[in-house]
Amino acid sequence: MADVTVLGAGVAGLWAAFTLSRAGLSVRLIDRHGGPGPHGCSWWAGGMLAPFCEGAMAEPAVVAHGRAAATAWATVTEVIARGSLVVALARDRGELERFARRTGGHRQVTDLRALEPDLAGIRQALFFEREAHLDPRRALADLVAALGARDVPVETAETTPEDIPGPVIDARGIGAGLPGLRAVQGEMVVLRAPEIRLTRPLRLLHPRHPLYIVPRPDGQYMLGATQIESADRRGMTARSLMELLGAAYALDPRFGEAEVLETGADLRPAFADNVPRVLVRGRVVHLNGLFRHGYLMAPALARQAADWITQGIKGDLVDVD
Amino acid sequence: MADTAARDFYGATLDTPLMLGTAQYPSPAVLEAAFRASGASVATVSLRREAGQGQAFWEIIRGLGVRVLPNTAGCHSAGEAITTARMARELFDTPWIKLEVIGHADTLQPDPFGLLEAAEVLAAEGFEVFAYTTEDQVLAARLLDAGCRVLMPWGAPIGTGLGLNNPYGLRCLRAAFPAIPMVIDAGLGLPSHAAQAMEMGFDAVLLNTAVAQAGDPVAMARAFALAVEAGRLAHMADPMAPREMAAPSTPLPGKAWL
Repeated sequence: MADVTVLGAGVAGLWAAFTLSRAGLSVRLIDRHGGPGPHGCSWWAGGMLAPFCEGAMAEPAVVAHGRAAATAWATVTEVIARGSLVVALARDRGELERFARRTGGHRQVTDLRALEPDLAGIRQALFFEREAHLDPRRALADLVAALGARDVPVETAETTPEDIPGPVIDARGIGAGLPGLRAVQGEMVVLRAPEIRLTRPLRLLHPRHPLYIVPRPDGQYMLGATQIESADRRGMTARSLMELLGAAYALDPRFGEAEVLETGADLRPAFADNVPRVLVRGRVVHLNGLFRHGYLMAPALARQAADWITQGIKGDLVDVD
Repeated sequence: MADTAARDFYGATLDTPLMLGTAQYPSPAVLEAAFRASGASVATVSLRREAGQGQAFWEIIRGLGVRVLPNTAGCHSAGEAITTARMARELFDTPWIKLEVIGHADTLQPDPFGLLEAAEVLAAEGFEVFAYTTEDQVLAARLLDAGCRVLMPWGAPIGTGLGLNNPYGLRCLRAAFPAIPMVIDAGLGLPSHAAQAMEMGFDAVLLNTAVAQAGDPVAMARAFALAVEAGRLAHMADPMAPREMAAPSTPLPGKAWL
């Protein structure tokens, strides 16, 4: 019997398995679909490692733990540490000032020619130099490979914690059906716009249609992401698509010529305060509620789960019932 | 003398004259805390985006323990608004509906014609319509003819936080229909805006962004609670009339004056 069985091979489950394996435990990893893919919300993420920007809305715990995410990820995948930019259209200048007041780790930039020549027309931006990003699907694949190299394959089975003997980590996201967990729908679109060259994530503040754009390899850009209090399982709505594309077009009309490669929608699991938790419930430890902070918070959450299981250390995200 | 009789909202009296929206908070936990701090007696919820599947979120709203006023936010036609209102009645088991029919995409200004058309249909179906309208008196009269018993004139366009854009128009509207309960809805950005609306004799205020998007939503909720209470008390206390002539509040005996 394995020391620990992890259910769910999304970003939380993979990080939990990886962290526990590195801590010297024997780990089984079981996923309904045999690995990460379009069935899980990790697949649809932006891959921004932007703790300071997230601090504009998120609780301080997200900022504090998120700051270590880029370093943790760099041990398994390529992390692009070029910072991130926040901009607003001229008439929404007030939004930019407010964002600056509510976040740390940035400096004002009035000339973007050196940072992002394609944004030279923008006269005011916030530069979050210590932020980073990664390619989420590549990161998931790299985690699976790293686990494979440690003899932890992803087994395919539909199972629940009750079916598994011994200690279990349940990282099945919204599928875990935990009390207090709700679904927040998110939608995204991927474009190919080879004419445009952006090298770091960009947030466009807007009173109605906020947008972020994350560069991916091969001239691709991920545009995200809506945040709707709904457990709707449908695909992206036309309205959301129009809003995201409209905002991108306003930022750079060349996005109008882009090829639409993909749209996606899925459900983020979230607790009431939108902060993820390690819920210890007897022999079952739940890693859940990562909301829009899966890639930002999974390393820290996995670390706290591992510290609890191996040493009984109770971190600030751990809740023991 | 200011009228001090509380006007009722389709037979209901509100514990406090504050209605609070439920969108755009950093998290449901902050939303709950803001509601507690505000003492709001009514929660408005939008059905356009947070569609019927958001069960967990609805449970949070129901758990606030206040009256729920569903709205038709984001509807751009009478037909859309009517459909949304019917969905809302089923989902929340209430005849109350804040009727919003948007006529202009940029200013989100109400469409008076669509609004009137939807109000007639919904009132005939037994809905208790809270009509989101402008300060236009003619439209107000038509809405009352259609069966509306509560009006919600705007302060300023939705989400702008500009306060009361047309105090003169709002004063005229208040004076024209003294028996009709009215809620200033939309455009309030600061507690002083809410106090001003209450001082003018409006029965309540409705806001959302001003609290939800504040740096500290809970503190701002409390600030609005104090402001509406101050404004309401001031209205009931019959404020002095403004006057052109300065009048010293302390007599100055012994000083020469001319």
